Amino acid sequence: MAEPVLLARVTLEQVLIVGGVLFAIGLYVALAKKNGVAVLMGIELMLNAVNLTLIAFSRFVESSRPLDGHVFVVFVITVAAAEAAVALALVVAVYRHRGSIDVDRLNLLRW
Amino acid sequence: MVIGFWALAGLTVGAAAMIIVVRNLLHAVLFLILSFVGIAGVYITLSADFVAVVQVLVYAGAIAVLMIFAVMLTPLSARDNAENVLQLPALVLSGLVITGVTFVALETDWRLAGRGEFDSTAEAIGEALVSPFVLPFEIASVLLVAAMIGAIVLVRED
Amino acid sequence: MPILSPWYDFRDLGNAAARLADALRDIDAPEGVVYALVGLLGAVGVLLFVGLTTLVNIWVERRLIGRMQVRRGPNRLGPFGLLQPVADAIKLMQKEALTPRLADGLVFTLAPVVIFIPAILAFAVLPWGEKMVLADLNVGVLYLLALGSTNSLIVFMAGYASNNKYALLGAMRVIAMLISYEIPGVLSLLAVVAFTGTMSLSGIVDFQANYWSWLLFFQPLALVIFLLGSTVELNRSPADIAEAESEIIAGYHIEYSGMKWGLFYAVELVNSIAISAVIASLFLGGWWTFGLEEFVPGWLIFIGKIYACYFLLIWFRGTLPRFRVDQLMAFAWKFLLPMALVNILLVALEITVWEEFDLSAGAVLPVFAVVNFALAGALVAGWARVMAAQFERFPRRARLVPDIDVPLPAEGGGHAARAAV
Repeated sequence: MAEPVLLARVTLEQVLIVGGVLFAIGLYVALAKKNGVAVLMGIELMLNAVNLTLIAFSRFVESSRPLDGHVFVVFVITVAAAEAAVALALVVAVYRHRGSIDVDRLNLLRW
Repeated sequence: MVIGFWALAGLTVGAAAMIIVVRNLLHAVLFLILSFVGIAGVYITLSADFVAVVQVLVYAGAIAVLMIFAVMLTPLSARDNAENVLQLPALVLSGLVITGVTFVALETDWRLAGRGEFDSTAEAIGEALVSPFVLPFEIASVLLVAAMIGAIVLVRED
Repeated sequence: MPILSPWYDFRDLGNAAARLADALRDIDAPEGVVYALVGLLGAVGVLLFVGLTTLVNIWVERRLIGRMQVRRGPNRLGPFGLLQPVADAIKLMQKEALTPRLADGLVFTLAPVVIFIPAILAFAVLPWGEKMVLADLNVGVLYLLALGSTNSLIVFMAGYASNNKYALLGAMRVIAMLISYEIPGVLSLLAVVAFTGTMSLSGIVDFQANYWSWLLFFQPLALVIFLLGSTVELNRSPADIAEAESEIIAGYHIEYSGMKWGLFYAVELVNSIAISAVIASLFLGGWWTFGLEEFVPGWLIFIGKIYACYFLLIWFRGTLPRFRVDQLMAFAWKFLLPMALVNILLVALEITVWEEFDLSAGAVLPVFAVVNFALAGALVAGWARVMAAQFERFPRRARLVPDIDVPLPAEGGGHAARAAV
């Protein structure tokens, strides 16, 4: 176990904690913002945090094929791009039908 | 290298925190772009050069433009980046996530490799994409076509 | 690594830099300091070039545009108007840089500053000589494309922060144009990368040096697509809907005045030079010119090629009328994109043939060159004929009316009308 003290090199734990903080910030933005586009910004931030941890693992952890992390990240970026396109198209479509993308008011399915 | 990593990581986390705080939605998008570029810089300090450039090209170049267009195409929505009713539970959940990740990161016994940095990842990633990972590669292209068609169909004004 | 030429061999300034690095290592400087100092020297050189070329280009562009429009360019200030850039700079600096009251203050001021960052960063990967690359990235080509794609964001920042609906409209049009033209550009450079097998620009120039020819001879279609795509990416005429004075009165930089506008103007010139340098190193051989770089320094030849490409860009500006925005989109998606895809297919076939049958380069490359040129010409002419709007072909010599096949207005059909004639 290494402590997150400023060593002469960057350790895996430090990068993971940075990724975790980014993920938590993205989670807060995705859950607690009123505008639909802001929610999608939070989701993109979470995906970026996950990419960061994948790259960190690929760099620091013992493996027979160390670059698999990078390949995974390329796929995550691709899927994130596709998902952002569809999600933002959804937001625009909802705006056209309901007149607002305030997530507090999009509650037709609530019990 | 260490100074570079901490400076860029600080920039990224600072920009992400500003997304929460700032009171204008378009400023929040600009801070998101800054955090994307910051993460690309962190990738470079972790010797992931190809992924860093792809991150700038796709995220900061395309997804950010998508978000800006989405904000511009919804003119009557509230642009003041307010919070909804779930503020406190979201805060609690984020705090739990941070503690959980920190605990796992510090307590696990990672099998650290002794090797140094990668030389050049582009060629190896290319080979990996056509030999072991060719099926996900093809499925990703089908996914992109489906996403394109879906997005166009969703915003058609019929 | 032994230095193969003495440090004063200024045909390749990398020799002097290597000698400096060795001298620093001899006095036991840490490796980081050596790297930083040599890098700093290179960066200062590049920035010097960027600054000087901005000044020179203002003069070159205005004089050349003037000559193409059958008038002299600026010729009042200094001999042949050579002091015009200095006068322009002084004028812009002493002008009041107005900020509208309701404009988004910080973003408004930041946009012209930030737009310079990708423009100058692009110069870092250019190979000026065999050992003169500031940052020999393995993903050089992709890096340049990533820098180009961030331009659209900064244009939006400028347009939005002006709090002016015409600026915002102009910015949105420009962003749509920029992201449309990224795709044919990326695909044409993909063909180049596939053909040469490397993404680093110095690697591509070495490929051209090894096979003793310019990549222009093997990839003419990629050059045409990249040149046309870049003309649009640079917001230059014939695609300058961003700053179309007669249409949208300066688009996204309406509200900018003084030195902020001067920065937008300067960055257009720096971007043009960066794209010309990329074209020169990818397609025209960079510092390598069939052995001429033994006598003339490679970086001087490179600067000459940069200015040749820049002359081509000025020629486009002086000659062609401006496109409408829907014509521009149609050009990108319906014309450039299919041609770029066919080009990639062709390159993939050629590379497979080359690798699979293990042919020697001397046998196979001339065949590739001929085939590529023939196909490029056929594709451009044929696809243009298919895609173009139908227009009347007027007869070239006087002919009798019955011979001309002009569709007459139908009263009972054209056949009846023509039969009556």
